[in-house]
Amino acid sequence: MNLHEYQAKELLKKYNVPVQEGYACATVHEVEDAYRQIKGQTGSSFAVIKAQIHAGGRGKGKIKETGINGVKVAKSLDEITDFAQKILGGTLETIQTGPAGKVVNKVLVAQDMYYDGPSPRKEFYLSILLDRGTGQNVIMYSTEGGMNIEDVAHDTPEKIFKEWVYPGGGLLPFQARKIAFNFGLSGEAFKNMVKFVTNLYTAYVGLDCSMLEINPLFKAADDKIVAVDCKMNLDDNALVRHADLASLRDVTEEDPTEVEAGKYNLNFVKLDGNVGCMVNGAGLAMATMDMIKLSGGEPANFLDVGGTANAQTVEAGFKIIMKDPNVKAILINIFGGIVRCDRVAAGVIEAYKNLGNIKIPIIVRLQGTNAVEAKKLIDESGLKVQSAILLSEAADLVKKAVA
Amino acid sequence: MSILVNKNSKILVQGFTGTEGTFHATQMIEYGTNVVGGVTPGKGGGKHLDRPIFNTVADCVKSTGADVSIIFVPPAFAADAIMESAEAGIGLVVCITEGIPTQDMVKVKNYLQGKKTRLIGPNCPGVITAGESKVGIMPGFVFIKGRIGIVSKSGTLTYEAADQVAKAGLGISTAVGIGGDPIIGTPTKDAVELFMNDPDTDAIVMIGEIGGGMEAEAARWIKANGNKKPVVGFIAGQTAPPGRRMGHAGAIIGGADDTAAAKMKIMAECGIHVVNSPADIGKTMAEVIKK
Repeated sequence: MNLHEYQAKELLKKYNVPVQEGYACATVHEVEDAYRQIKGQTGSSFAVIKAQIHAGGRGKGKIKETGINGVKVAKSLDEITDFAQKILGGTLETIQTGPAGKVVNKVLVAQDMYYDGPSPRKEFYLSILLDRGTGQNVIMYSTEGGMNIEDVAHDTPEKIFKEWVYPGGGLLPFQARKIAFNFGLSGEAFKNMVKFVTNLYTAYVGLDCSMLEINPLFKAADDKIVAVDCKMNLDDNALVRHADLASLRDVTEEDPTEVEAGKYNLNFVKLDGNVGCMVNGAGLAMATMDMIKLSGGEPANFLDVGGTANAQTVEAGFKIIMKDPNVKAILINIFGGIVRCDRVAAGVIEAYKNLGNIKIPIIVRLQGTNAVEAKKLIDESGLKVQSAILLSEAADLVKKAVA
Repeated sequence: MSILVNKNSKILVQGFTGTEGTFHATQMIEYGTNVVGGVTPGKGGGKHLDRPIFNTVADCVKSTGADVSIIFVPPAFAADAIMESAEAGIGLVVCITEGIPTQDMVKVKNYLQGKKTRLIGPNCPGVITAGESKVGIMPGFVFIKGRIGIVSKSGTLTYEAADQVAKAGLGISTAVGIGGDPIIGTPTKDAVELFMNDPDTDAIVMIGEIGGGMEAEAARWIKANGNKKPVVGFIAGQTAPPGRRMGHAGAIIGGADDTAAAKMKIMAECGIHVVNSPADIGKTMAEVIKK
C-alpha cells in the first residue's frame, strides 16, 4: 500500500524522525491558513507547496493546462494562493503517472528548509528496503541526493553505499555511525544523522514498510537533519497488525476497476491491450498474457481469480473486463485442480446468460479435473463460446480472434 | 529416490484441524501420503482424520517420528509455526500459507541459518513425488510418474507443465513449488541442484517469473556445473509492466535485471532450452530428451 508524503511524514514523526514540517490542505483557504501558521513558526515568508499524489517526479511534472510544476516555492501569501489555485484540483502529469496524469486532491504546505546558516546545506539519498538475495533489510544511501537514484546507480555506481542489517540484532550503532561518516558529516550534523538513521530504521520495521525512501535527506545550514520528501510503501500482508494504518489507504489514487475487483477477491491489473483474460493463479495468469502476445494480440489485463472460480467470480470478472471498450476477445484459462472444471464451465455459462448480449468472442480453456465434461457442457450450451483443452489450442483460437 | 519426499516420509500437518488443513490433509491421505499426525495447540490428545493431534511439534515428533511438516496456519502465525518445526528438528518444512508479512520471513530466514531444516515456500503449492507422497495442495492425478523434475514459483503453472510433460509421453519424478514471495526458503538453484544429483531425474523443467534474481542464479550454477542434465526453462511475465505487482508479492519488475527478457537471455546463454510460449513446455522437453 502506497502512502502520500504527508501521511508518511506524520508516521515518521511518531518515531522521532525529524521531517520538514507542514500541513496537508484540501482547499485554497486551508493553504492560506497553513502558510500563515508556518510563517509564524519559522519567521520566514518562504514556504513550499507540494502536490500529493502517488507518483514520483512531482517537481518536474506539470499540471495540465496551467503548466505549473507539482512542487513550488512561494515567497508570499499571494504567491502561494495563486499556486494553490493552479495545483489543487488540477491533473498532474509526471514521468511516473503516464499521459493521463493524476488529479491533485491535496497539497502539503511545508516550511522552506533551504534557509541560510553557518554551514553548507547538503542533499543526500537514503532508502531502506528488502534485499531479496540475502533475505535481509538493506539501507541504501548516497551523497547524491535530490536526484533520480536509478541515474546515480547507472552513471556513478561507486557513489551508492549499502549497509545490510543483521535480522537478529537490528541496526547496530556502528552501522549508523558508518553511514553518517560516509556522508562526510561531523559535529552536530553527524550526531543528528546517527539519530535520524537509527530512528528511521526503527520506523521501517515498526510500520512493516516494504520500502522507505528519503530523497532528499537534507542537512540544513544549522546542521539539522530532516526528511524533506518521503516515499513510504507498506507491506499489504502486514496490515492485519496495523489497524490504524489501513485507514490511510487512498482509493482515489487507485484504478477504480482494480478497487472494484478487489471487492470480489479478484486480483486485477489494468493493461492497454485488446484481449482480456481471466485465469486461476498468478503465474499462469502472467503466462497466459504472454501467450496472448505471442498469438498476435495484446493482453488487456492481468486477472487472477484465485482458487475459487465459480459463477459469481466469473461473472464479476466478465463485467470488469468488458468495461474496457478496447477488449476484442476474452480468454478464460483455468487449470482445474481442486477446482472442478465442469463447475467452472457451468459458472461461465450462467454468467454468460446473465450478462446477455456479449458481442465479443469468448474463448474458454479448461484443463484438469473433469476437463472433458466441461468442454462438453460448453459445446452443448448453444452459446457462442469457443472451447479448448490444450493451451496450444487456446493460443490458436486467440490468433483467429484477433486476426 | 526422487528428491525431498518419498513413500517413507512421515508427514505432520500444522494447522491440522482448521478448514484448509482438514481438506488438504484428507486429500493427501487419499493420495497415499504417509500422514502420521497433526498439531493444533490446545487440541492435543484428540484425534482428527483418524490421526493423533498434538499441542506442539516436538510432542508430535517424539511420538510419531515425523520428519516432514506441512503448514496450513493463518499468515499471522505461520512464521512462528515454521520456527517451531525447525526447533523440533524437522528436516523439511513445507509452508503453504499465503500472505505472511515480509518482516516475519526476514526473521525466519535468519532463524533457519545453521539449522538442518529446509523450508519450501511459503505461498507455494508444495512438493509431490509422483505416486509416492503428496505434501501440498496440487491435484495429484496430473503428476504421472516419470523422470522429469519440475521446479516452479507458481502453482497452476506447475500443474500446466506437469500435464504437458505427461501429454508428451513423459512423467514426473518430483515437482517442487518454491513459492512466489520475496523471501522463500528454497530458491530455484537449490531445487535444481537436488534434481541434478538425483539418479531418478533425467531432465528438469524450470519455471520462473518476473522479479528477483533466482532464475539467473540457477542458470549460472547449471552452466558452472557442466549442464549435466537438460533443462527446459520458461519465465512468466514477458508482458508485465514495470512497477506493478502481478499477484505474487514477489512478482514485480524493480530493475532491468528483473524483467522476463533479461532472465531468458541469461538462461539461454547458460545452455537452458528457453521456451517463449508456455504452451511449448512439454513439446520442447520431449524434443530435448530425444537428443
